[in-house]
Formats: sequence, structure tokens, C-alpha cells
Amino acid sequence: MDRPKSVPSGQPGDRPSVPEQRSTSGPYLRVDDLRVRFDTEDGVVRAVDGVSFTVERGRTLGIVGESGSGKSVTSLAILGLHNAKRTTITGEISVGGRQLVGLPEEEVRRLRGRDMAMIFQDPLSALHPYYTVGRQIAEAYRVHHPGAGRREARQRAVDMLGRVGIPQPARRFDQYPHEFSGGMRQRAMIAMALVNDPDLVIADEPTTALDVTVQAQILDLLADLQAEFHSAIIMITHDLGVVSQVADDVLVMYGGRAVERGSVEQVLRRPQHPYTWGLLSSVPSLHGDADEDLVPIRGNPPSLINLPSGCSFHPRCRYADRNGDRSRTEVPQLRPAGGEGHLVACHLSTEERTRLYREDIAHVGVAR
Amino acid sequence: MWGSLGEREERSAAEYRSRERRQAPMSEVSVAPSAAEPLLRVRGLAKHFPVRTGFRGQSLVRAVDGLDFDVRPGETLGLVGESGCGKTTTGRMLVRLLEPTAGTIEFEGRDITHAGRRQLRPLRQDLQIIFQDPYASLNPRHTVGRIIAMPLQVNGIEPPGGVKARVQELLEIVGLNPEHYNRYPHEFSGGQRQRIGIARALALRPKLIVADEPVSALDVSIQAQVVNLLRQLQRDLELAFVFIAHDLAVVRHFCQRVAVMYLGKIVEIGDRVDIYERPQHPYTRALLSAIPDVTKLGPGGRIRLTGDVPTPLDPPSGCRFRTRCWKAQEICATEEPALVSRGGGQAIACHFPESGPVAGESGGTAGVTVEEVSK
Amino acid sequence: MSLSPVEGVALAEIESGGPEVPERKDVVGRSPGRLAWIRLRRDRTAMVSGGMLLFFMLLALAAPLIEMLYGIGPKEQFQSLLDGFGMPLGYSGGVSGDHWFGLEPGLGRDIFIRLIYGLRTSLFIAFAAAVITATLGVVLGTLAGYLGGWLDAVINWITDLTLAMPFLVIALALTPTLVLRFYGEREAVSPAFGVAVLIGVFAIFGWTSTARLVRGQVIALREREFVEAARASGAGLGHMVFRQLLPNIWAPILVSFSLAVPQFITSEAALSFIGVGLSDETPSFGRMIYRSLDYLQTDPAYVFFPGITIFALVFAFNLFGDALRDALDPKSSR
Repeated sequence: MDRPKSVPSGQPGDRPSVPEQRSTSGPYLRVDDLRVRFDTEDGVVRAVDGVSFTVERGRTLGIVGESGSGKSVTSLAILGLHNAKRTTITGEISVGGRQLVGLPEEEVRRLRGRDMAMIFQDPLSALHPYYTVGRQIAEAYRVHHPGAGRREARQRAVDMLGRVGIPQPARRFDQYPHEFSGGMRQRAMIAMALVNDPDLVIADEPTTALDVTVQAQILDLLADLQAEFHSAIIMITHDLGVVSQVADDVLVMYGGRAVERGSVEQVLRRPQHPYTWGLLSSVPSLHGDADEDLVPIRGNPPSLINLPSGCSFHPRCRYADRNGDRSRTEVPQLRPAGGEGHLVACHLSTEERTRLYREDIAHVGVAR
Repeated sequence: MWGSLGEREERSAAEYRSRERRQAPMSEVSVAPSAAEPLLRVRGLAKHFPVRTGFRGQSLVRAVDGLDFDVRPGETLGLVGESGCGKTTTGRMLVRLLEPTAGTIEFEGRDITHAGRRQLRPLRQDLQIIFQDPYASLNPRHTVGRIIAMPLQVNGIEPPGGVKARVQELLEIVGLNPEHYNRYPHEFSGGQRQRIGIARALALRPKLIVADEPVSALDVSIQAQVVNLLRQLQRDLELAFVFIAHDLAVVRHFCQRVAVMYLGKIVEIGDRVDIYERPQHPYTRALLSAIPDVTKLGPGGRIRLTGDVPTPLDPPSGCRFRTRCWKAQEICATEEPALVSRGGGQAIACHFPESGPVAGESGGTAGVTVEEVSK
Repeated sequence: MSLSPVEGVALAEIESGGPEVPERKDVVGRSPGRLAWIRLRRDRTAMVSGGMLLFFMLLALAAPLIEMLYGIGPKEQFQSLLDGFGMPLGYSGGVSGDHWFGLEPGLGRDIFIRLIYGLRTSLFIAFAAAVITATLGVVLGTLAGYLGGWLDAVINWITDLTLAMPFLVIALALTPTLVLRFYGEREAVSPAFGVAVLIGVFAIFGWTSTARLVRGQVIALREREFVEAARASGAGLGHMVFRQLLPNIWAPILVSFSLAVPQFITSEAALSFIGVGLSDETPSFGRMIYRSLDYLQTDPAYVFFPGITIFALVFAFNLFGDALRDALDPKSSR
């Protein structure tokens, strides 16, 4: 049916010298005005409401948000993993120049795992407990390389295990997930995601379940693999520390909408949205005065069924009153905010935000 | 909601204090360790779980293997470490949800290590626990009022003014609407549920609260709210805390003293300043430098430990950290380092402790000694 | 077979209610039980089957009243309405304005009023047996699950032993022996004694499933943090069982109860059918069906009425039990 994408060889790093005829220029992934709605018993959930972004190959986009911000739903929509019966997806998702929204399920499945892959938060539930780790990786390879033999797939899987830093990969191949430690399982998960050289890797909280010392290893590994495979990575996380380490660009989501977008430097150093400020000032830091109270965001994250009118952050925003009724009535659009490519969805003027940031925020928490 | 309740909370806290059943001296809580009699004294505490291995074999998981520490009245001690280090098991032994295998726990000079339920009854009021999971820790079939009143009911305490008044006062203290007395847990968000759990722990006016990862299941913006609440309660009610967490940044904001655990042992204990500014155990240093730091962009230099934490089923001989330590030598495999005091309140269990301030970003990779910033 | 665990897991994650479960905040104090009631009210099957059950129960309760209004007792014989072969006169088994469901061939008793009393017997036996087995099961299951240790081992052992005993063989052997023990060879056996023996047999064999269910639930709950919170506050056994554990397992207990009742109804009929249940004097479904089989060809109405009633009763019970399960645990139906 479809030709194998990479020449099956013992060298996993070997990419086909002639890639498929897809546009090599421009961003690899382009998401434009993505909207995802679920129909539930209690009403329509607008899990993602008009989100746009692009990721180029070799770059990492960090998507930051709390639970219910729509960050995971966005990634699942890109992979086409939503239940079609209860989900409505509109907008554009183009991967390597190919439009995914509206593509038949069969075609999306062919792309999934080959051109794009996902790394999950909990490797224990993502790996099947009754098959050996190696077999699952080999199987993932053979699904997209029908011509590949059993022996070849095994060789490929052992190579991948070695590549992600698992010692004695040939012996580890025949072990079951429960025989792996947490960090090793996440490595195996990464090996499985990367076995087909995907050009786009989506990592959904890949280190949240891990200890900090192991998290550091995994983040390093992902960076190394990206340098080698030159893939585009989306890193979904709630941890601003992780974002600061691995991301080139950052998208901050709240209540299913993008509230701020820019380079990691712009978003973490010169943040423009009050929600980003809140996130930064509420994270305890390893430096500075430990006896000072943190500055939390008041209230709770909103319910997606019953999103606040206007700017969905306004009930929790300290500055919502500065615009009269505007925050309550009008949904703010992403607009340029100073730096090049830096966008923010807020009714405050850029000058006012700069002043507020300097006066109120810059000296607390990790925003310091 | 949080901001507007500040004033009421302060008033309630004052009432709480004024109605304190014991006339505790109103001494200022000092950050520095005082010579006061410790509230909690733990010596040689250990917990071994038997596990079946293979067909008939049985071996021991040494989850906690000999801990010594004190908690003074009004002091907050942080227990930090990675998964499997035994910090949660320790917390459960302190409130006697688990029976210790060895060692002693003394509370206000009384040995409670193996006290029965009846002997413990008066102590239950002084010793409470806050759990990690705000969803599993509240009985879904009970109203909030019943949940918070449970410790009163179980101990047959009729507070002055009635149970309902007391529960509403507690709801106010933790920043919830007292009118929500009759609601069920499923109607609250994660952060609010954790506040309910805190109110329940406060119901008996304890002197010591064991908080087992109280914020790690919460959203970032909610974590800060709960940490602030706990700090305020600690200050206002002069509570002592054993704060169990894996997040060193949160611990730094809450605890006056910190104990770092690795595979069932304390490897370093000391005042906050010592642990964060002058850590001496290699593991403490590695742990601190592994935390992704928002204030630094890009992959900064870190001490990178190789491998995972070994299984407590078969811990390494000698120093348990030696398999991942870049300073390990022969003696580390043969002789277990004791937790010895190195001046001040700081004690380290290491044959080759580090000295000097943290190297910061000028670290090395695995197996390479961190280049110390020489002044 | 293509093994692609990644996709499977991702789909499973989405299936489990979606990543964003919306929360009701505007509602004041709706307890989980109340929410289940609201779900049950919305379920049409539950409402119809529940209505049918209510109707059957009212009939059974009001049997003496119905007898008064109907004017015929369950033991009255109408030999004059039978022909020379003992078959009821008239069409379809003697159905008439006086005898709504016709007459029994042979003895000439009224089928309608015997059905009403049979319903009463069956429901009484089934409910009594279900209440006893549920109580036994809950008590033993809770003790085994919560206290564990040697008590758990003993109770488990007894459960296994009970399950290993062949129900029919023991019932066949036990009932006549018991009857002989209390009554002589020729003495008339009192109807109450027969009913009590049946309930006893059901109780001895029926408690195991509830006990196992409860034990499993209690073991799962025992590790939950809210139970530990109560323990850390010094709660005793009574508080733990009645305040913390049982309120969280009454839902599965209720479901197993509502599914046990129809099972006992059919068991009673079956035992009476093979002759170890009730005597002929006590009106019951099993006896009626047993007697009617001889007349399957000649008087089909005699088979039809008890058959259809027992079918409707058991069907309604099972439908209602399933609906109840869905209402109490909405996840299981998706």
C-alpha cells in the first residue's frame, strides 16, 4: 500500500535522503482557529475555542495551562484521537502540508505513529501489561512498515531502546512493563513514539509522574533526540519550570482559549497577560525571600460548560475593572504586544500592562 | 473570594486561639531552633513490609529504616525526597495509621509507639493528618458539615456553641463559605476540597499536623492559595507541621527545618537556610539542581544523576546513594555513613560531604564533580 | 491483529468522561443518593418496571381484601362447574364473570384468587430470603473485609465450602428429612413450616455472593484516605462500619438485593415444582405450574395464567435491578 517512510536499516538515525513531496519550507504543523466541542449530558463543552499556532521542525512549543484549559484536548485533536460521535472539530490542522480536519479516520490513523506520535504522562497505563516492552515497540514499527520482517523490527526496537538510554537493550527487549522502573518506562514510551521517526512529537505532561532527578534525565533525552531527529515537539505541561528549560515558544491557554503566545523569552521574561503573571507569581521559587507569601490567583478555574462572559479570566483578574464593562462583555482577541511575534489577548493597553507588571508583579515569586 | 475573606479569617483565628483549651504560653514562634522540649521526638523509627517473592520466598521492603528527628512546638519540618524514599510511610507512622517495626515515637514526652486506640484517644486531638488527594480524602456520601464534625463526633466532644457553630467557624478559618455546610464534596473544586480536609484536621485544635503532599494534586494557581492558607494557620494557631512533599520549592516556602530522605534514610537535615544555601550531601545538591528553574531559560547546567532510585527491596550496601553518586569510593560500599552533626542544626550522612555554597548553573554532567564556585 | 497500545489508551482516556468534567456549582446540596434518584426518574424502563412491581406488591399485600371483594376463597372448590372428567365447563378453562382466570381441573378451585395468594407466598419467601441473605452477607463481608486476618480467612473458607455444596441435592435431601424430624409420617405439615424451611434453605445458600461483593468493596474502601482520616481521628469499629464504609457500599448491596429477589422467586417455583418446596395446600406458582403441566393439551389456560404472571414478575424485577444499577453507577452503562 504505502511505501515505507524510512529505509529499514540498522541505523535508526538514517532518514530517507529524499523525503516525500511535502513542503519543506514553512512550519511543519499549522493549527488555525481550532475549535473542539463535546456534547455531554450537561450541555456543550467548548474545550478548545479558536486556538491558532505553528510549530517548525526542530523547534519546541510549550503549551501551558491548568486542568480544563484545553491543552490536552488540543493535542488529541491534532492526533485525531477524539470520539467522532460526540465531538465536533472545526478549523484547520495541517501537518506537513496535509489538512487533517475532515480527513477519513483511516488516513489519519496512517499518519498517526508514522508522521506524528504522542508521549503520555503515565507510561504504565500506556504500555500493555501483557506484552513485552520490546514486542510493543516492534509492533508499532511493523504497523507502519508492513514489509518489515520480525527480525528487522526487533533489531529496530532494540536500537531504539539503546538510543533512549536503556542499558542492555537486547535483554530489556524481552521484559514486561512492570519490570521497568518509572523512568525506564517513560524512556520505553519515548522509544515507541520515536520508532517511526515521526516529524511531530506531542508530549503530554511527560515528566509529571516522575521524580525530579529522573525528570531532568528525560528532558535532556528529549532535547538530545530532537537535535538528532530534527522533529517538531509540542510539550504540554503545567510546570513553568519545564517550559523554561525545553521550549522555544510558549502558548498559554485558559478556559479553552489562547491568552498569550510568544517566544519563551517574551512570555516568561516580559509576560503581558494577567493570567501569566498570576502563574508566575504563584509558583514558589528557590531564590529570594522564602518568608514572603505567594501571590495566588484568586478563585478557581472556570467550568467549560459555563464559561464567564467576555474575557473568561475576568472573574479572577485583579485588573478587570480598569476597562469598565469591556472585560465582561467582549472577548479579547490575540493582538500584538510589543515584541515581535508576541501576542496577548487582553483589553489592557500595552503601556498599562507594562506599568502594572513593573509595579505589582516583577518582584514576587519566580517572576522576579 | 479568597481576598475578601481575609478579615473574617483573622477574627476567627483569634477566636480559635482565645478558646484554646490549654493555656499555652504565647511565645513568638522563632525560626531558629530553640532549646524547648520537643513536641515530637522520633528515634530509630523503621517500617519493614514483608513481601512475597517468587513461589514461597518472603523478603522485606525496608521502606523506612531508622529515622531520628525532633519537631518542636510551632515548628515546621519538611520531609522531602523522591518516590520510594519512605516519607509517606513515615507520616503515616507518626499519626499511627501504620504500626512501626522498630524505634520510638514520643509525643510531649509520652511514648506512643505502640499505644492502643484508647491510650491514643487523648493524643488524637493533638495529632492530625492532611492527605494528598482531595478527591479520595472526603467521604462522598457525607455533607461537608458531617465530614468536618467527624473528629468531634468520634471523640465525643461537644464544643461550646454546638457542633454546627464550630464547623461553620472552621469553614470560615479555611476560607470557605460557612453557608456551604450542607453541600456534598462533589460540588467543590479540588482546592476547595483540600480546604475542607484542612478544616477537618483543625477541628480538634491539634498541636501537630502531618501534611502529606497537601498541594501536589492541585493546579498551580490553587497550590499557592493552599500554601498561603497553611502558612497563615501555622502562624496564627502556632501549629507544628510535618510537611511531606517532593517539591523542594514549596517546602522552602513553608518549612523552617528540612529533612532530605533517600531510600528510607535521612541523608541530610538542617535549617532551611543550610539546606538551600549550603547543602552538603551530594544527593541534596543533585535534587536542588534538578529542579527546573523558571528564572533560567534553556537547559542550564545541572548535576545529572544517572539511573533511577534503587528498589528498597534490595538497597545498596553501605551508603544507599553510592550507586548514583559521583563521589562514591570504596568506603561508601562497605560502611554506612552515620547522620552526624556538622555544627548548627545541620547533620549529614555522608563520607565525603560537599562544602561551600551551591554551584548554581556551573554544574557538570553525570559522573563529574560539580565545579565549585571558588571565591 | 494490529497492536497499537498508544491509540487504545488515548481513546480510553477520552472515553472516561472526557478530560474536562464539568462541575455543577449552582446546585445546593444534592447528595449522591438524590442524584441517583433523579437519574432513575429519567429512566423510562425503570419507571415502567418499578410501577409493575409496585402493582404486584399491592396485589400481594391486599390479598385478603381482594378475596373479600371477589367473594371467593383460595380453598373453595366448585365441583359443580366441572364436567364428568373433572375439566372446567365453558371456554378456555372456565373463564367467566365469576371466575376471571377460570378453574383448576380436578379440584375446581378458582385460579385468580389462588394466583393472588401465590403471589403473596412467592414475594414473601423471596423478600424474606433476600433480606436474610443480604444481612448475613453484609455482616460477614464487612467483618472479613475490614478486620481481615484470621477472621477473613475463616469466612472465606466457609464461603468456599458453601459454594461447593450442590444446592439442589442438599435441598432435595434436607427438606424431607426436616419435615420428618418435626412431623410424623402421616401428619399434615403446616404451611408456615414449609415456607420457613424454604427461606432457611435459600438463606444458607444465598449469602455467599453478597458477602463476597461486600468484602471486595470494603477492602477497596479501607485504603481510601477518608477512611484513614477517620482512623487517624480515633474512630472505633462502629463508626468505621456504619458511618464511613456502609454508606459507600449500599448502592451495590441494593442492586444485588433487587437482583436476588427474582432469583428466589424462580428458585421457589422450581423447588415447589420438583416437590420439595411447599405442600399443595399453600398457593404457590411452582405448585400451580407443576399441576397444570398435566393439562397442557386439554386446558392451556391453566398453564398460561400462572406462567405469564411469574414471567412478568421476574422480568420486571430484573429490568428494575439493571436500571437501578445504571442510576447508582452511571459509569457502568456507558
